[in-house]
Amino acid sequence: MENKEKILEVENLGVSFHTYAGEVKAVRGVSFHVNRGETLAFVGESGCGKTATAKAIMRLWNPPFVEIKSDSSMKYNGEEIMDMDNKQLQSLRGNKISMIFQDPMTSLNPTMTVGKQIMEGLILHQGMDKKQAREAALEMLKMVKIPAPEKNIDSYPHQLSGGMRQRVMIAMALANKPSILIADEPTTALDVTIQAQILDLLQGLKDEMDTAIILVTHDLGVIANFADRVQVMYAGQVVERGTTEEIFKEAKHPYTWALLSSVPALATENKQELYALKGTPPDLLLPLERCPFAARCEYCMGICREKNPAEVSLGETHSVACWLQHPDAPEVQSFYDRRKK
Amino acid sequence: MVKYILKRTAWAFVTLLAVVTVTFFLMRSIPGDPLAGMARALPEETRNAFMAKYGLDKPLFDQYIIYMKGLLTEFDLGESLRYAGRPVLKTITETSPVSGSFGIPALIIGTLTGIILGIVAALKKNKWPDYVVMFLAILGTTLPVFVLISISQWIFGVKLNGLLPPSGWGTPKHMILPIAVSAFGSVATYARYVKASMLDTLDQDYVLTAKAKGLSQFQIITRHVLRNSLMPAITIFAGSVVGVFTGAFVTERMFAIPGIGFYYISSINNYDYTMILGTTVFYAVLFVVMQLILDIVYTLIDPRIRVGGGKK
Repeated sequence: MENKEKILEVENLGVSFHTYAGEVKAVRGVSFHVNRGETLAFVGESGCGKTATAKAIMRLWNPPFVEIKSDSSMKYNGEEIMDMDNKQLQSLRGNKISMIFQDPMTSLNPTMTVGKQIMEGLILHQGMDKKQAREAALEMLKMVKIPAPEKNIDSYPHQLSGGMRQRVMIAMALANKPSILIADEPTTALDVTIQAQILDLLQGLKDEMDTAIILVTHDLGVIANFADRVQVMYAGQVVERGTTEEIFKEAKHPYTWALLSSVPALATENKQELYALKGTPPDLLLPLERCPFAARCEYCMGICREKNPAEVSLGETHSVACWLQHPDAPEVQSFYDRRKK
Repeated sequence: MVKYILKRTAWAFVTLLAVVTVTFFLMRSIPGDPLAGMARALPEETRNAFMAKYGLDKPLFDQYIIYMKGLLTEFDLGESLRYAGRPVLKTITETSPVSGSFGIPALIIGTLTGIILGIVAALKKNKWPDYVVMFLAILGTTLPVFVLISISQWIFGVKLNGLLPPSGWGTPKHMILPIAVSAFGSVATYARYVKASMLDTLDQDYVLTAKAKGLSQFQIITRHVLRNSLMPAITIFAGSVVGVFTGAFVTERMFAIPGIGFYYISSINNYDYTMILGTTVFYAVLFVVMQLILDIVYTLIDPRIRVGGGKK
């Protein structure tokens, strides 16, 4: 990557849900950064804190039920998002950082034409008048390759298909040319052929606008094709991070191995049973002193049940939080490599 | 749209015919007749003369045909059996404006207040404004209207030395208490409906989209939430309008207001067949027209309900 300018730096992000049962610590001290124009993927199973992290960046959670811990720090271009007041947040949202959501069927207002919904952000952030905004919205619809944009600008969401609606969401999110686009499982609710189209579109627009993308997903196939860097999350923590190549070829964390093994392989001669990780993630209501993955890990050692491992750097971009990286730990062969043979 | 309205009007007509027919035969299947209440000492010939005068001696089906013919050709609702010489249509046109004159303002005030309170309650959920509104709403729906009326008459008519007349009709002052009492019920109903649907709307994904777009809370509410949460309120509005004329019986009696509610109820007890049919036709027309208006309003508010399979 030639451009290394950091536009987002997140340090020690903590997000808690206050429920009747107690405080659910959904995100526990996550740190990461996003470089201009790159794609960073968050991957992990449901409930690992991917979406919680993504929404926290835009401060979309409503206090007091959801609390972003006060010792968290999120800096956009050096500006602390945690210190922003409502006004500053509003000029950040949809303008510098945008978000598209998982389900395009429910993410658009059913009683407003898609054109008006796109225009809204343009009028708000660019100070355009209605006519200019409509022109710009039309331009955006063309960019996201909506058929017959002149006609569909006055369509209501229910008149469009799921894929079209996600295109509208993308048009809406990119209308103000944000520097970061958070895509929260943008293709999960779409069928596979549409998924590829949407991802291609995102890739193209990203390059054109030099927008960084934070891609939240549990689909490793999407990551392989699309992401520059990956961070693997488990129980509200980052357990491994690296470039896409490092994660796919040199993964070091047993959880990453489990994820990689869970992808069905096409056209293997010796048909093997699909790998399924046993057990469930730990209860996030409880304090976690030990490695959160210990109970499901087949390489679990004594220390894993006592202390949470710190993140160890394995290279410029690759790091992992696992006791197996400790100098005293035994040398193990990953079951992912074993299975590949 | 015009085609749709014409089609709906045609159907409304069919509905009305069905309503009149069913009412006609149901009403005549009740044992007794208009003279049952006073007929103890009535000579046979007087009785027969009465029946002949109003055509009640003919076979039932013939009576139905005659009634329908009168209704359809000259909108003749007949003459009251109870109040001799008074046409039913005249009773309706004279008394329904009275009911409307306090019922409609009450409904408008009550609905608007209820909607506003519902919105406030939803936005301040689990805080004191929500508790106050919900307390009022529960009070308004559980407290029988006659209790409310008695209390208000006692306070304003007696305790406050006749600040407002406790009953009667004729001056604007007479209207204040009936309007206030009737509006209170509407406030309660609409506040509950709007709060529930508003909370539901606030949870929708597109509200999050709006927030992520950078809109302020006020813009989110006015542009994305309100319109989508008013549907249930609109749905019950048709019933409320009709209720102004049917449901105000107790209020009208207790305040001695010469409205239509009295005739609606008493005609049934009196076996006043023509009056029963007349008021029923009146309510049915009102209801059908309100429904038609509502269906049109729906399509204006929610494009998903556009008629003709979503075509423009």
